[in-house]
Amino acid sequence: MRKLPGGVAAIGGGVWLTFSALAHGWNMPLGVTALSRDIHGLHMTIFWICVVIGVVVFGVMFYSLFRYRRSKGAQASLFHENTKVEVIWTTVPLLILIGMALPATATLKQMYDAKDADLDVMVTGQQWRWHYEYLGEDVAFTSNLATPRDQIDGAAAKGENYLLEVDEPLVLPVGRKVRFLLTSDDVVHSWWVPDLAVKQDAIPGFVNENWVRIETPGTYRGQCTELCGRNHGFMPVVVEAMEPDAFDSWLAERQQAAAREASGVDREWAMDELMSRGQQVYESICASCHQVDGSGNPPVFPALANNPALMAERDRHIATVINGVAGKPMPAFSSSLSPVEIAAVITYERNAWGNDTGDSVQPSEIQARLE
Amino acid sequence: MAPKLPPRLPPQHPLEQAGEAAGPAGHAEAGYHHGPKGLLRWLLTTNHKEIGTLYLIFSLSMFFIGGIFALVVRAELFQPGLQLVQPEFFNQMTTMHGLIMVFGAVMPGFVGLANWMIPLQIGAPDMALPRLNNFSFWLLPVAFTLLLSTLLMPGGGPNFGWTFYAPLSTTYSPPSTTFFILSLHMAGISSILGAINIIATILNLRAPGMRMMDMPLFVWTWLITAFLLIAVMPVLAGVITMMLLDINFGTSFFNAAGGGDPVMFQHIFWFFGHPEVYIMILPAFGIVSAIIPTFARKRLFGYASMVYATSSIAILSFLVWAHHMFAVGLPLVAELFFMYTTMLIAVPTGVKVFNWIATLFQGSISFETPMLFALAFVVLFSIGGFSGLMLAIAPADFQYHDTYFVVAHFHYVLVPGAVFAIMAAVYYWLPKWTGHYPNERLGRWHFWTSVVGVNLTFFPMHFSGLAGMPRRIPDYALQFADFNMASSIGALLFGTSQLLFVWMIIKCVRGGEKAPAKAWDGAEDLEWTVPSPAPLHTFETPPRFQHQEH
Ligand SMILES: [Cu+2]
Ligand SMILES: [Cu+2]
Repeated sequence: MRKLPGGVAAIGGGVWLTFSALAHGWNMPLGVTALSRDIHGLHMTIFWICVVIGVVVFGVMFYSLFRYRRSKGAQASLFHENTKVEVIWTTVPLLILIGMALPATATLKQMYDAKDADLDVMVTGQQWRWHYEYLGEDVAFTSNLATPRDQIDGAAAKGENYLLEVDEPLVLPVGRKVRFLLTSDDVVHSWWVPDLAVKQDAIPGFVNENWVRIETPGTYRGQCTELCGRNHGFMPVVVEAMEPDAFDSWLAERQQAAAREASGVDREWAMDELMSRGQQVYESICASCHQVDGSGNPPVFPALANNPALMAERDRHIATVINGVAGKPMPAFSSSLSPVEIAAVITYERNAWGNDTGDSVQPSEIQARLE
Repeated sequence: MAPKLPPRLPPQHPLEQAGEAAGPAGHAEAGYHHGPKGLLRWLLTTNHKEIGTLYLIFSLSMFFIGGIFALVVRAELFQPGLQLVQPEFFNQMTTMHGLIMVFGAVMPGFVGLANWMIPLQIGAPDMALPRLNNFSFWLLPVAFTLLLSTLLMPGGGPNFGWTFYAPLSTTYSPPSTTFFILSLHMAGISSILGAINIIATILNLRAPGMRMMDMPLFVWTWLITAFLLIAVMPVLAGVITMMLLDINFGTSFFNAAGGGDPVMFQHIFWFFGHPEVYIMILPAFGIVSAIIPTFARKRLFGYASMVYATSSIAILSFLVWAHHMFAVGLPLVAELFFMYTTMLIAVPTGVKVFNWIATLFQGSISFETPMLFALAFVVLFSIGGFSGLMLAIAPADFQYHDTYFVVAHFHYVLVPGAVFAIMAAVYYWLPKWTGHYPNERLGRWHFWTSVVGVNLTFFPMHFSGLAGMPRRIPDYALQFADFNMASSIGALLFGTSQLLFVWMIIKCVRGGEKAPAKAWDGAEDLEWTVPSPAPLHTFETPPRFQHQEH
């Protein structure tokens, strides 16, 4: 009997919690694309279907529990079959499901229609960052978590966008159809921005497709959603959507910067120039596995400091960064880093943390090896 | 020998008391144990009741170990920021929690119940293959000691999630992964042998006169589960063997750089994994289908449709695996196919829930602890079913997939689903096992703290998931803080309240109100015709089962 008030209170509490939470924005976001709104609509439709079925079914259940209590002298009746009822409660749910499947099918078809895009962006997952390449535009960059370590460790107050902020967001135009081509350099990742209703796995050896047409300028945040190793929780996605004009001038600016970077390949770089650039690259790309102090994380990620074997083999060191190591977590950086960056980071690794080999590696040498 | 209890309802025994013809002398002998004593007795036992007890104790220990891992996870997630553990260890905890709970707690729990109850429910003297039974059990402690020991190995234990997606679990895995594979192989062999034994027992050892459509539903659901196990455990064995080859022998099944296919891993895994989900829930359906009629004092509504619904669920379970992969880039037709088949599962599942409620309707209902757990199962499992239906809608699944919404969904089906059903079964059959009723007061405390704890833990996860929190992350953005704190408090409550469960079991084994053979006045099946506690050997002379008109 205590079941009754308790159970009813529990269900009542659950219903109350559900609606107040949904009302306070703890729900799937409506998002900023036509498709995200469709998906939100499907979500709310199926939610309400479940609520109605739940109210009816649990209603009958709790009525029976209350009405037919043995303590109130209820006598059990003998029926245990009724073909008519059984047919009804098999077919009615079936019809509801068909009613739900129709709009879901229509939405899914649209989600799969990535044709006629205005802009193609290659999204590459890497442990643990995203690399973006605007195909045919000569613009590419890596996007890293920007939250300082102090905030994670509790040594500093956490900022507003804690864990959802990056050094370089993906910039996209509103109003244009953008096609994403997703892949991975290492393990399976998944690129997700709730407001864009785009979640697509980035899988090594595969190129997946998805697309978006953003309607409202703004900053939209998401995260990697497929467990991808140690820093899976520290691999945010930030999209900045801007008006097409602003986007075009942003793109032109990035193209000029890329051209300047390319011209750097031909000149001789001084040691301290290489070291400071190398440190920058190392800390944003390599440190997530090999650690800021080069101590690595053996046995999976070898140490670079105190590694005389590697320091003795300059050639192998260069080859490893360019080509990666087959069958091991070390990816090939030939496509995601520029020759300048590769030269600088190798120089840095060979001279930091007491390695002091005195070697410098020039961008031109890397360029030659890449060709 | 069967003590007469004051019948509150006219007993409608389907049984002629032929099995009891041996009389008191027969039972005195039946209780006699011959063979080795002490530890060796348990190591060598071939008795289904003793092996059942071993399975249940093993399952309970694993439930606590897996629970401690979950509490480590929840403690780290109590607040944003990294406080207690580093991400490497966090990932090992989520992985081990899943592996231990699925393969160590839930599956052996149901096998333990099967061992104890299937022979008693079909009037068989023991399992068909008693020595195999012993071997199946003793593989498990070895397998799980090995699995747990990987936590102490260099590089740590498995850290790639219980779904161990390649290449994270191959190229990028810690060196202990080979031991993980070996332990999973052993657990798999144990399950396959156990399943063979259960099928052989059910098909061959039923009491004379008991037709398939006379079997209690716990027997039916286990028969179907056993076929599922035989069908999919070898698939699991196949996929982990391919991992073994990739890791140690230079093959490239899942290594894209060598021409391999990481998506194929997921297809094979989920071809095992989805039926596995039903392996963990079908026996629960059987348990609830026994308990609800007992405490409603009314025959189960729609017995035949229950059998058909269970079979349809089992068959459909082979056709839905890719609903776990809606975001991997399947072609449109595949997405549609798997969306439709998955939605279809709601139909037979709904039939089951409707049947239970129709059984309650116009019953004569009382609320002993087993019934409380069974009723909570119906409500909370249904909530898990609703979120499952939502997840089936492929376009929306792109938003739900791999978030806490999914974590909420499968924990609702597994904890107040499978685990509550096991607890209901324990409360229901303890009088038969120990000869004493479980302490009702303790049972109620255990029940209410568990119900509150479970909902406080998992209900908020629906919202953190919808608001955008991915699963398997050790730290999270600030907007998820409140609901995570609630989940962590709930987990602590649920975890500690299980100590009441242990206390209740210990008390019940040691003493308590004496239970007659038919411990619950509304209970109908054959197990209630043998004395309580059930002597070591029962039904040495098969009972004659009389068919009851359906
Ligand atoms: Cu990830
Ligand atoms: Cu599934």
